[in-house]
Amino acid sequence: MYKSVTSADIDALKMAVDPSRVFAGEEISEDYSHDELGDISKLPEVLIKVKSTEEVSKIMKYANDNRIPVVVRGSGTGLVGAAVAVEGGIMLETTLMNKILELDEENLTVTVQPGVLLMELAAFCEEHDFLYPPDPGEKSATIGGNISTNAGGMRAVKYGVTRDYVRGLTAVLPNGEIISIGGKIVKNSSGYSLKDLLVGSEGTLAVITEAILKLVPKPSITVSLLIPFDSIEIAIGTVPTLIKSRASLTAIEFMEQGTILFAEEYLGKNFPDKKSPAYLILTVDGNDSEELSKEIDKVAAICLQAGASDALIVDTEERKTSVWSARGAFLEAIKASTTEMDECDVVVPRNRIADFVLYTKEVSQKLGVRIPSFGHAGDGNLHIYVCRDELPKAEWKSKLLEAFDLLYKKAIEVEGQVSGEHGIGYAKKSYLAESCGETQLELMRGIKKAFDPNNILNPHKIV
Amino acid sequence: MNIIVCVKQVPASSKVQVDPVTGVLIRDGADSKLNPFDLFALESAFSIAESVGGTVKTLSMGPPPAKAALDETLWMGADEAVLLSDRKFGGADVAATASALKLGIEKMGNYGLIICGKQTTDGDTAQVGPELAEKLGIDHIANVIEILEATEEYITVVADMDRVLQTAKLKLPCLITIDKDANTPRLPSYRRKLEFQQKESVKVYSVNDLEGADENVLGLKGSPTKVERIFSPDKNLDRRMLTGSSEELSDNIYTLLKSKKFI
Repeated sequence: MYKSVTSADIDALKMAVDPSRVFAGEEISEDYSHDELGDISKLPEVLIKVKSTEEVSKIMKYANDNRIPVVVRGSGTGLVGAAVAVEGGIMLETTLMNKILELDEENLTVTVQPGVLLMELAAFCEEHDFLYPPDPGEKSATIGGNISTNAGGMRAVKYGVTRDYVRGLTAVLPNGEIISIGGKIVKNSSGYSLKDLLVGSEGTLAVITEAILKLVPKPSITVSLLIPFDSIEIAIGTVPTLIKSRASLTAIEFMEQGTILFAEEYLGKNFPDKKSPAYLILTVDGNDSEELSKEIDKVAAICLQAGASDALIVDTEERKTSVWSARGAFLEAIKASTTEMDECDVVVPRNRIADFVLYTKEVSQKLGVRIPSFGHAGDGNLHIYVCRDELPKAEWKSKLLEAFDLLYKKAIEVEGQVSGEHGIGYAKKSYLAESCGETQLELMRGIKKAFDPNNILNPHKIV
Repeated sequence: MNIIVCVKQVPASSKVQVDPVTGVLIRDGADSKLNPFDLFALESAFSIAESVGGTVKTLSMGPPPAKAALDETLWMGADEAVLLSDRKFGGADVAATASALKLGIEKMGNYGLIICGKQTTDGDTAQVGPELAEKLGIDHIANVIEILEATEEYITVVADMDRVLQTAKLKLPCLITIDKDANTPRLPSYRRKLEFQQKESVKVYSVNDLEGADENVLGLKGSPTKVERIFSPDKNLDRRMLTGSSEELSDNIYTLLKSKKFI
């Protein structure tokens, strides 16, 4: 049982932190009760906009001593309820911790506070001729949030995911102790990798207050191809051939015409080509234009051979913007196209992705619900949306459960996992339990207990 | 209808910098691209040709590497491309550029419509299109944001004249310049790129190939503009911070926007 927050607690917290950044009761905007999808909803009792590691430490110590639950929130762009204060208590909001602290050009690292937005970091790196490769669609997410979900994004095919770019973390444990793990080092065989445990822990183990991220020199040339196909089957069926060809691709995304039309409507901007039922976007990057040209020739030939009607060249800033801004808005666009939706971001082995996409069509037809999908064909991570549209709420809820049941079962069957990058949070717990089994769950519970014996940090999430 | 689109190769970076000492444009590296405004001109041409039939040819003046920009117009959908390239064209201002393009157009023959981008992203003058029309002695209108109707006899367009939108019906042959965002330019096609690799793609003409060329109106020699100094415009960083509660802020913003006549 947790202790409810009293006015004495609020006074005590206001002693620890500048009182103008402590909000209680009606001062807390409704926004803080939910994340992007909004299905899971509960307001925290106190909201604190933190500014430093020391502040976080003081608050955690107080909360731990008094058994008050604490949830950390960045921009609130999550999709599985991980940053919702389901037990009330204290919410720590990190968006004021938004400083880029150091660019270390000798170690190729950047040190940031957790509230820096992905788009701010991307712009900063661009300005200094570096690339921070993780590239999730939601650019207004915070880096802290990205680390907490081990976000992936479009460039994972070549560069990997957020975990691959976290070198070191400063974090506050639930009892208020501050730890520094990892560092500006490239290698590390020094005991269990606590750093990697914190990455993807969705705010359940510790509060991340600083991160050292690895950068790569910015490739001087990036070119994408937008490849139209006559059907989604042919489009996605081409992916295993592309991967097998050993072409050095940065991104392989798939999308359908319907999703493009929603994005056009949502953004009020036209997409440069929408005549075909399905598309792949392929990206190559590098520094040698001749070598890149060869790669482009290779992948274009594979696609044309497989039945693509063309390969459209996306090579300048304005062309990239016209294509990638639409891609970045797909989630929002599908959300705007329906009354309510929930999502499934399973990841499957890359050679099974075609089967899985076709299976979503089968489920859609069987249950009579619209299930649009798009995603990272190149890394096997799909974003599947079950849309309510005009269905009565109760009917949708039952169809949603049925659809999820079928989809997650299929994911297990093809040796996939519950979440590729959005996390488990609150919404996907039962599917994780089913997928990984009791032995693994027990290990996870043990880890949670080692970090947080009083279970005050983001309770009821993941396990 | 035969349409000619005039295009230019410009530096790929949108951040054009001027050397503060010499006043010369700093062009870092060889990176260049098709002038973004020209993409909208090309798209207009392709869609007119698709609806009324006809051909789209493209024309540019520039050093030999400018051929790359013309290749791109072919991959986007142009039927033919012509590059005017000669040291004698070098150093041309807007007037000398228009004179050269006029010779190119006369060499290319029959046309109903000439389309230019409203301006280039390096020179930014927006003058070459209208000057070319004057030299050819045909009607013209600039800043076109929409094409309402195109036939073999005339074209009806909407032009953005800053404070008013002007709808104009022009008899062919004529010249229009297209503003950015007038349409969504199509992407270059890899299939077309393969097709054009098989054949002589861009025709290149020197001054000697152009009938009636008068070197006194071409290149640096034919340029009446004398550049005294080039400098980056000052950036206005004036800003006002509004503070207060949500209500006060929204009232203040409303009053401010109203006083500036934005709403």
